[in-house]
Amino acid sequence: MSDRPDLENWSCPLPLRDHPNVVMGHGGGGRLSAELVEHLLLPAFAGTHDADVLNQLGDAAVLSLSGRRVAFSTDSYVVQPRFFPGGNIGDLAVNGTINDLAVSGAVPLALSVGLILEEGLALSELAFIANTMGMAARRAGVSIVTGDTKVVDFGHGDGVYINTSGIGVVPAGVDLGPHRVTPGDAVIVSGVIGRHGVAVLSVREGLEFGSDICTDTVPLNGLVHDLLGSGVEVHMMRDPTRGGVAATLNEIATSARVGVEIVERNVPVPDDVRAACGFLGLDPLYVANEGCLVAFVSAADADQAIAVMRNHEFGRDATLIGYVTGDHVGTVVARTSIGGQRVVDLPLAEQLPRIC
Amino acid sequence: MKYLDEFGDPAIARALLDDIARIVTKPWAIMEICGGQTHTIIRNGIDQLLPGGIELIHGPGCPVCVTPLETIDRAMAIAALPGVIFASFGDMIRVPGSSVDLFQIKASGGDVRIVYSPLDAVRIAQANPDKQVVFFGIGFETTAPANAMTVQLAKQLGLRNFSLLASHVLVPPAITAILDSPRRRVQGFLAAGHVCTVMGMGEYLPLVEKYHVPIVVTGFEPLDVLQGIRMVLVQLESGRAELENAYPRAVSAEGNLAAQAVVRDVFTVCDRAWRGISVIPDSGWRVADKYAEFDAELRFDVSDIKATESPLCHSGEVLQGFLKPNQCPAFGQECTPRKPLGAPMVSSEGACAAYYHFRRIQTPATA
Repeated sequence: MSDRPDLENWSCPLPLRDHPNVVMGHGGGGRLSAELVEHLLLPAFAGTHDADVLNQLGDAAVLSLSGRRVAFSTDSYVVQPRFFPGGNIGDLAVNGTINDLAVSGAVPLALSVGLILEEGLALSELAFIANTMGMAARRAGVSIVTGDTKVVDFGHGDGVYINTSGIGVVPAGVDLGPHRVTPGDAVIVSGVIGRHGVAVLSVREGLEFGSDICTDTVPLNGLVHDLLGSGVEVHMMRDPTRGGVAATLNEIATSARVGVEIVERNVPVPDDVRAACGFLGLDPLYVANEGCLVAFVSAADADQAIAVMRNHEFGRDATLIGYVTGDHVGTVVARTSIGGQRVVDLPLAEQLPRIC
Repeated sequence: MKYLDEFGDPAIARALLDDIARIVTKPWAIMEICGGQTHTIIRNGIDQLLPGGIELIHGPGCPVCVTPLETIDRAMAIAALPGVIFASFGDMIRVPGSSVDLFQIKASGGDVRIVYSPLDAVRIAQANPDKQVVFFGIGFETTAPANAMTVQLAKQLGLRNFSLLASHVLVPPAITAILDSPRRRVQGFLAAGHVCTVMGMGEYLPLVEKYHVPIVVTGFEPLDVLQGIRMVLVQLESGRAELENAYPRAVSAEGNLAAQAVVRDVFTVCDRAWRGISVIPDSGWRVADKYAEFDAELRFDVSDIKATESPLCHSGEVLQGFLKPNQCPAFGQECTPRKPLGAPMVSSEGACAAYYHFRRIQTPATA
């Protein structure tokens, strides 16, 4: 076994030493995830021609290819259970990558699909998931153009894991990113928050609770197209998936070197999501979404941006939730409903249901 | 009435705050017992909105925070055993033991599962007859009935592969300990509403009379907490000391009699060590002898596991109201939510974590 890598002499970067092994939080979209990327992955991938693109850590990388700006994104889906109210791992995988491309300003064009299947999975289930993926792609007007299938031994996977990668083209004149975000910008969410995370939790083993809350998974490329085509001065967009709106706002506050102030009462949370979060002890701001985006737009255009979004079927509940400020740089602050204030921190890892 | 938005209504909150400002003529120190109330106070900024002289002291009512390190180490030891499925409430998973937390046990191959209802752990035991299923039953009187029911149900189902690692704590003995302290500063209490939903209010009357201290049973939404504070202040300003109920929509004088009966059947009162504080006599419940076969401590012989706290952690002082979290020398330095020295920094109801997450702007920048 002389070709076995020498792991004994590998030195863990300091911030990662609390967890010498991978823990679930490394995939939770919070501080642990960010540290894994910053201290382990980025150094390992450094020195390539386009490393500065990677360092931007966008939802999608935007590359200049023969004079055109091409957005490229990838995401893997391991959601458990695979079926949940309103959707399954299939439409999630298609919509998720489409949305990562869309919020970077690109028009999504084509997807790849990588399937990792566990021995023993019922073909009927695979067919259902694959059909869902096809429907989702057709609905969004995006093509699935290549793919790969692997099978792992029984017990070595969790039924189905899906990776989707996608490309899209960024239209001329569209320039989104943290460098555009400035104090005074309006912060808008395109819809209600918290539905996806609560829908999945409601059917997860050990947590089942009666609820009609459905995932919000939808493709956002149409909404983004309308918004960017409306003349509204959009500075940046993200889709608040893992870690929720709180993680997204924190990432933007850090990367854009600004502060963000939101008005808690204005954040649109459906009553049933609020109730479920209440009894599980979760904060909706940290719950994952799969069908809404956060847009930072010029304050003067805020009303128009909301009107354009509300005119689209997936933006009916678009709401202004706050503003960018030059104060408390890197920090998100919420005005509480009774007039106090608090920091909205980057979560360490996934939220855990409370005892009582 | 949905009980969420309505009990966070800004106009009513303003009216209550104005009323409180009118009532108050001098400084007072009030302790909210329950960690859930601490969380509401800090999360909504209630303490910032009260008149300057009103101090809120954050009490020991976070079950995760006061569970002794030794109990947590015993939980880790059981969870790491092959053939064990260890089920726990979510916020216990990240609490560090002496060397690891349950997440790391899981990462090393342990079968650790988060459940919301303790009865789900019994269901897991039914579904996995070849595994030993252990539920980590901690908490105050609030969680005790459902935890006790797991034992009754397991017995009824004849399950030989289910046991409960119980470490329950009780509120009234803790209040007594705080009132008996020679360093006592607390002048009035917000009692924990949900504890009283189960136990009723009767246990608090002797405390009010013996110590001449106002106790107001209080809920958990912002207006609940403000109303509880207002009622305590009205009593303090008029020199009264009475037991009052600011949470009548959930609490009756006698409590939940059925739940009390389950608890009396399954548990028996014992002395209990409170993390960072000390052993408080008759302040806990353990599995009663008649249900000994369902007691995980006996089934897995972990009683020889001992543990010592970090000397840097002042959580005991914090939980008794002698220190504000950010007055602890380790706060935000050696002790952060990612590397907590004591449980109050890790639990979502812990006073230290609440200060760290929501008050970073006013505390030294350490993130």
